[in-house]
Amino acid sequence: MADERLNVNPTRMQLTRLKRRLATARRGHKLMKDKRDELMKNFLELAKENARLRSEVEEALAVVYKDFEKARAVMSSEVLEESLMYPKQGVKLSVSRRNIMSVNVPVFDFTAAAEERGNLLPYGFARTSGELDGAMAAVTAVFPDLLELAAREKETQLLAAELEKTRRRVNALEYVMIPRLENTIRYIQMKLDENERGSQTRLMKVKDMVLNDAHSYAERLREGEDVIGR
Amino acid sequence: MYKIGVVGDMDSITGFRAVGLSVFPCSKPEEAEKIVMKMAREEYAIIYIMESLAVQIPETIDKYSDVMLPAVIAIPDRNGSTGRGLDNVRKAVERAVGADILFGGDK
Repeated sequence: MADERLNVNPTRMQLTRLKRRLATARRGHKLMKDKRDELMKNFLELAKENARLRSEVEEALAVVYKDFEKARAVMSSEVLEESLMYPKQGVKLSVSRRNIMSVNVPVFDFTAAAEERGNLLPYGFARTSGELDGAMAAVTAVFPDLLELAAREKETQLLAAELEKTRRRVNALEYVMIPRLENTIRYIQMKLDENERGSQTRLMKVKDMVLNDAHSYAERLREGEDVIGR
Repeated sequence: MYKIGVVGDMDSITGFRAVGLSVFPCSKPEEAEKIVMKMAREEYAIIYIMESLAVQIPETIDKYSDVMLPAVIAIPDRNGSTGRGLDNVRKAVERAVGADILFGGDK
């Protein structure tokens, strides 16, 4: 693939144009490579952080589920559902964007809006068990981490996509575009040189012929005159 | 103002409703697919979906991996983690780097 060349006419104008393109491609390649390296650095840290956060959240969630299971065990399912029917806390989520290496990633800001401070439980204590209170506390505690996880994970995904794109571009430039341009430039240069040599010899030949005509060397040679030594 | 939603089976999502997230009970993958797509059209910034459902609709979830919003995040359901969530991180690394260089060693 790399020995291919572009399908262009071997002219001087093309040569200049291609040389300019090659310079641009080289510069672009260098920039892309820098971008890729920087992205990679960010990304690897982020991915590690993401993995850590995820295992944390998963553990916490397991506890939450267990707590709710317990609550469900000691009280009837209907009462439980009913108790949680109208949550007192609402979540206000606003999304802004942050730019990391030209990748827009969302930033989630949330404010837990409770109707009354200090009392986040949407039920009275009369018909519910203590287990439910514990479960509520657990789920409230895990919630900020859950949001953080969402933000990190999205960031990881977006950066991964960008990194993949950049990587492809770097490779395409390095292994396809630049070699192809170089080959084409070499080809045009050789073609032009060849043309030059061709016209040079043609000129010499023509000059010979013209001189021959002007001084009629051939006839004078035939007459025995020493045309060369003269 | 954006919303946060949770998709999953009835028993797993009760807890999330308690903290004020919108919950969408559903157990069939086709249903989940529809719900997720509908949520994406509406103003949901984050969609948490149970891993057990997420593994059944990978195409729908991958569709949102390149856009900024919504963030579709798989979380374990009450039967415990299937490792699918971490798998997503691993997949992202693989996609970005070309090889899994972070988690290959310790698994």
